Amino acid sequence: MRPPSARTACLAPVLACAAATGIAALLAPYFAPANIVMLFLLSVVLVGVRAGRGPAVVSAGLNVIAFDFFFVAPRYSFAVGDAQYLLTFAVMLVVGVVTAELTAGVRRHALLAEERAGLARVLYEFARELSGTLTRGQVAEIAERSLAATFAARVRILQAADEIVLGPALEPFSPVDKVAAQQAFDAASATDGSIPTRSSGEWLFVALRSGATARGVLGLHCARPEHLMPADSLRQLKTFATLIAIALERVHYVDVARDALIKIESERLRNSLLAALSHDLRTPLAALLGLSEAMTLTQPPMSPEQVDLARTIGAETRRLIALVNNLLDMARIQSGEVKLDLQWHSLEEVVGSALAASRAALGARRVAVDIPRDLPLVQMDAVLMERVLANLLENTGKYTPPEARVAIAARTLEREVEIAVEDDGNGIPPGQEEAVFEKFVRGTWESATPGVGLGLAICRAIVEAHHGTIRAEAGRARGARFVIQLPRGEPPEVNAA
Amino acid sequence: MTAPVALLIEDEPQIRRFVRTALEAEGWNVHETGTYKQGLIDAGTRKPDLVVVDLGLPDGDGVALIRELRGWSAVPVIVLSARAGESDKIAALDAGADDYLTKPFGVGELLARVRATVRRRRQPPGELARTFRFGSVEVDLEARTVKRGAEDVHLTPVEFRLLSLLIANAGRVLTHRHILREVWGPAGVDQPHYARVYMAHLRQKLEDDPAQPRHLLTETAVGYRLVS
Repeated sequence: MRPPSARTACLAPVLACAAATGIAALLAPYFAPANIVMLFLLSVVLVGVRAGRGPAVVSAGLNVIAFDFFFVAPRYSFAVGDAQYLLTFAVMLVVGVVTAELTAGVRRHALLAEERAGLARVLYEFARELSGTLTRGQVAEIAERSLAATFAARVRILQAADEIVLGPALEPFSPVDKVAAQQAFDAASATDGSIPTRSSGEWLFVALRSGATARGVLGLHCARPEHLMPADSLRQLKTFATLIAIALERVHYVDVARDALIKIESERLRNSLLAALSHDLRTPLAALLGLSEAMTLTQPPMSPEQVDLARTIGAETRRLIALVNNLLDMARIQSGEVKLDLQWHSLEEVVGSALAASRAALGARRVAVDIPRDLPLVQMDAVLMERVLANLLENTGKYTPPEARVAIAARTLEREVEIAVEDDGNGIPPGQEEAVFEKFVRGTWESATPGVGLGLAICRAIVEAHHGTIRAEAGRARGARFVIQLPRGEPPEVNAA
Repeated sequence: MTAPVALLIEDEPQIRRFVRTALEAEGWNVHETGTYKQGLIDAGTRKPDLVVVDLGLPDGDGVALIRELRGWSAVPVIVLSARAGESDKIAALDAGADDYLTKPFGVGELLARVRATVRRRRQPPGELARTFRFGSVEVDLEARTVKRGAEDVHLTPVEFRLLSLLIANAGRVLTHRHILREVWGPAGVDQPHYARVYMAHLRQKLEDDPAQPRHLLTETAVGYRLVS
């Protein structure tokens, strides 16, 4: 149903009146005026339905005049002998107006419903288009196109660079616009529930938020400032903004999921590569070591010089094995593949194993161990922590004179357990206390000693995985001192028995 | 007397070669095979006196092989395992292996393990000597007394039970699980720190330097071993 045009509004009362008068004239000889008036009433109702309230009022007036003039005695005059026709006029007027009002109401509702259906259709189409998007760029493109059509205005989607700033998306805007856009964005993170808007006069910015996260800002170029925009349109705009935000969020999580998948894949690849590399490097080394030693057992016996050569091959192979182990361990630790097997251990026992493992490297150096008997159990991965201590002891073996002394001491601090490995060798070059923990860094006067400088880097990686710290410092008297601190935690009880 | 037979199940030819050379130098008659299947067959037909098996066989799991072998044979088994394979070693020991060597290992280590394992297995099972000595420590298993040098050492009942278990398996690696089950019962298996705390007690009472033990040795992440 459309609102009546101006032409209809003007002509309808006149035509209706003429028609009613014509028909009434035909029927007048047979019907009483009380019935004739019904025709006029009908015409008012029809005009009210078709043409609205104004024409209905006009129609009521015209009809009363026509009725009075043509059908009420004395006919063809306006002299109303009977005051009762004033009532006829009043009734006709009321009926006309009421009919027109009712019709107009129905029409308004129908129009509104149609409009809403149209909006729902637009939103549905929009949501459907957005649901197919896979990238943020696609979302922005569809949103800009659809909104430009719906609001007949330029639309820009500004996507946030991160959760704090809009970033480069702001670039094409003037400083005033930038401030307004950023404000809308900030407000979205601050408030909850509502969708904040800010106007810069030229642009209206609506925050794109889904859940608690602002994903960007929608900019609508409009001549009218925000407060002049009809409430309906603003609400509509916010609905669009919510849809866009949801689409952006979905795309965001698609990205997150894809990144996670890629990460898992690359980690799997790296791990299998490491495992293969580890096997392929170690197997020939293991054979080389064994064969070099088995060589001396063959018959006939070798000359002393040959035996010595075989031993040297064996010793060099062991060094190579240690080197490969260090490299592969570093790679494993760095790739995050190492899972700590944390258990409550006696530090004394781990120190003991480390000492046993580095016995050969330590040679004749005397080692004094001072671990209090009541030192609590410490939570650690024994294999890795043994590795840390063994690396420190092997370093001592490399960098101190053969008669050097080594001291291992432990004590409890307020929240940590501290283990110190100290020697009385030449110490660490001053200023290099931190640098020695870097990969491939070695003290300046070490160039004649074998190694690539991975031992301490591995130590630090392992200790830090235990949420502990390791540092190097000058020894108390001389030499070097390495201090490890591990969190004490809450050791389990052991029933006395 | 014919030479004792060693069965070597290992898929790497070069490692097989040097293990063979080393064992032959010790007077073993070595038979080699490279697969799980053939290994089990040979273990049945050749009646070896020693089995050396690699845990990473191409056609099967070495641990499963040991378990199957233990179903019908008490032959000494030494396991060759890759580095960082603590869980494999534990599984192999729990399945009945006598000892293990971590690759890469030297000939000296190999022969020492072989000798120790075979010597231990030659002792008649069941009956233990009344007394056991290691270092300056003398344990009287019947009187339940322990002496270190001339001094009496007091052990708590749990400490003594742990020490007896180690003595009964002297030279052999006992996994944490095994120790916990034997000393503390099934409920102890979830309390791995018990074994560590009591081993520390034993070391403090019986070793000269508990941090550098010579008899009560730790096999990191695997278990303990008593060496006399």
